[in-house]
Amino acid sequence: MIENATQARENERYLTALKDLLYQLADDDLTIGHRDSEWLGLCPDIEGDVAFSSVAQDEVGHAVFYFDLLHELGEKDPDHLAFARSVNERRNSILLEQDNGNWAYSIVRHYFYDVFEDVRIEALANSSYLPLRQGVNKVKREEFYHLLHMKTWFVRLGIAGGEAKEKLEEAINEVWSQLGDLFSFGKYEKDLLELGIIGFGQEELKNRWLERVKETFEEAGVALPGDIPDVTTNGREGQHTEKLERLLATMSEVYNLDPAASW
Amino acid sequence: MLTEEKIWEHLQEVKDPEIPTISVVEMGMVHRVDIQEDKVLVEMTPTFVGCPALDIIRENVSKQLLTLEGIKDVDVKFVFDPPWTSDRITPEGREKLKEFGIAPPVQKDFQTPSCPYCGEEEGEVENLFGPVACRAIYYCKNCRQPFEAFKKV
Repeated sequence: MIENATQARENERYLTALKDLLYQLADDDLTIGHRDSEWLGLCPDIEGDVAFSSVAQDEVGHAVFYFDLLHELGEKDPDHLAFARSVNERRNSILLEQDNGNWAYSIVRHYFYDVFEDVRIEALANSSYLPLRQGVNKVKREEFYHLLHMKTWFVRLGIAGGEAKEKLEEAINEVWSQLGDLFSFGKYEKDLLELGIIGFGQEELKNRWLERVKETFEEAGVALPGDIPDVTTNGREGQHTEKLERLLATMSEVYNLDPAASW
Repeated sequence: MLTEEKIWEHLQEVKDPEIPTISVVEMGMVHRVDIQEDKVLVEMTPTFVGCPALDIIRENVSKQLLTLEGIKDVDVKFVFDPPWTSDRITPEGREKLKEFGIAPPVQKDFQTPSCPYCGEEEGEVENLFGPVACRAIYYCKNCRQPFEAFKKV
């Protein structure tokens, strides 16, 4: 058990693997949180607006928690980590950086991500890094509401039939084709496992995820597209699409006016 | 003589920035207080990880305790162990939430809270998300108006 940042910093192998994982967690939440905030004022109903802005706030808040852990481990301050890192330093899955698309695409992606997050937290629930274990235990309780909301919409679109169901099915196929790197733990998966930072690897992650979404597909009356595709572009290793460049340019526009400003 | 009891008493004066009738103690946010001569450590457990009010709470706790004679330094630390859950809100806190017009958190998942105005139990979900991270919106079929409830977490 590694109880704090000081202990983690004494072991270079541990530190390297842990930091890489924390960047994945932080960047996933920051990226999807930003995309969620883009729905503000554009949702089909005002309830959806309130929901997406609240979810955005939670996700960005969770990203800050992981950035704080990184800062304790010797990385720069959270604002710098969020706004000033280059594209190839980012570790988020490329699925999360894609544009919001239509309502169905946003709901399907978020629902898939929320189930994934829940399962990834299962992999971290007994992590050897105590501050991470304690934090995700709290995060899980909040994610309950995101998952419930997205699942409700997913099933609602399916049950509605007609155009809603058609768009849902189109979105499922599109998101499915982009799933590859979501389940990757990056370059250090073997170390993460051996050091007990994660409890299981990507294969188990995929199995548990599939098991969970399968039930919802049945409820919504839609078919599973098949196997999860292999990784082509891996965001966990810093490979990204031009979508992330544009997202970061928008997100850091104000920060870049004066990075030294105190807010 | 500075005692932990006295610190807790003073923390009772620090209110939730969003619900000014309820204190951080009643919200169950204070985990532990430790006095070392003229220094006080207050460990607090945030209601939501991304709560934007945390810095304000930290500042208010510091300000309040520095008014006590004999205290020169206040360190407010947010911890996640134990995690804050809605069960930590005290019975007085639950009452005060209701008086403020916010239904206290339910005990079980998927339960609908009673209306804080009329007590009617048959409400329906209007939105699982509300004006702040910790609240959801429901509709009371008796009062025929929406109400807010503190989320169960």
